[in-house]
Amino acid sequence: MRCVIGVLRVKCLFFAVYREILGTGELELELPPGARLAELIAVVRTRPGADALPLALVVAVNHEYAPGDTVLADGDEIAFIPPVAGG
Amino acid sequence: MYCVITAAPIDILEMMQHVRRDADGAVLLFSGVVRDHDGGRPVTGLRYEAYAEMASQKLTGICKDVSAQFEIGDIAVVHRIGELAVGEISVAIAVAAPHRDAAFKASREVIERLKREVPIWKRERYADGEEVWLDGTIPNPPTAG
Repeated sequence: MRCVIGVLRVKCLFFAVYREILGTGELELELPPGARLAELIAVVRTRPGADALPLALVVAVNHEYAPGDTVLADGDEIAFIPPVAGG
Repeated sequence: MYCVITAAPIDILEMMQHVRRDADGAVLLFSGVVRDHDGGRPVTGLRYEAYAEMASQKLTGICKDVSAQFEIGDIAVVHRIGELAVGEISVAIAVAAPHRDAAFKASREVIERLKREVPIWKRERYADGEEVWLDGTIPNPPTAG
């Protein structure tokens, strides 16, 4: 049962080279309600190793590429997308 | 239409059977395969990784766009993930169309957009044992900062 008022919990996913940089593929993070994506990114940038991340990050919120001013909701899935190399 | 991310080997002839209809005069099959060199360096294999849910959604969106853009029938795209050896198919596209011109254009559009937009990554394994995530393309949408 979700009973904590006033906290936003999101799941962050890190793929490929970002997973290696941060040493994990997944993090649960808490933010104040109404937080925007840029604030989450600032938190991620405080993690050990994060100074190796590029200055510009591409991030998807719930499977859609999203700009930094996107307002986050409880339970969002936030994926940090390194430059893509399919094919 | 089907767009799939899979760890299983790709059967391109099965994809052909899936998209073909009697009204189509062309079925075009494209496959990307693992080559044994990159930039002059011997390569022994690749490892592909995907954000599978988003990748299949993006592929489906691309196929819908391309179906609206060109006079084609059915279309299928399959991308492999996991460890691949030289010669194995990493990506396959099957396009059926009444006439060949639309099939060629549609297939080209799908592979170009896949390479630019779909969250898939590859790690190259070299003959000397080193492994490197390959530089990719930054997807079109604005960066989040």
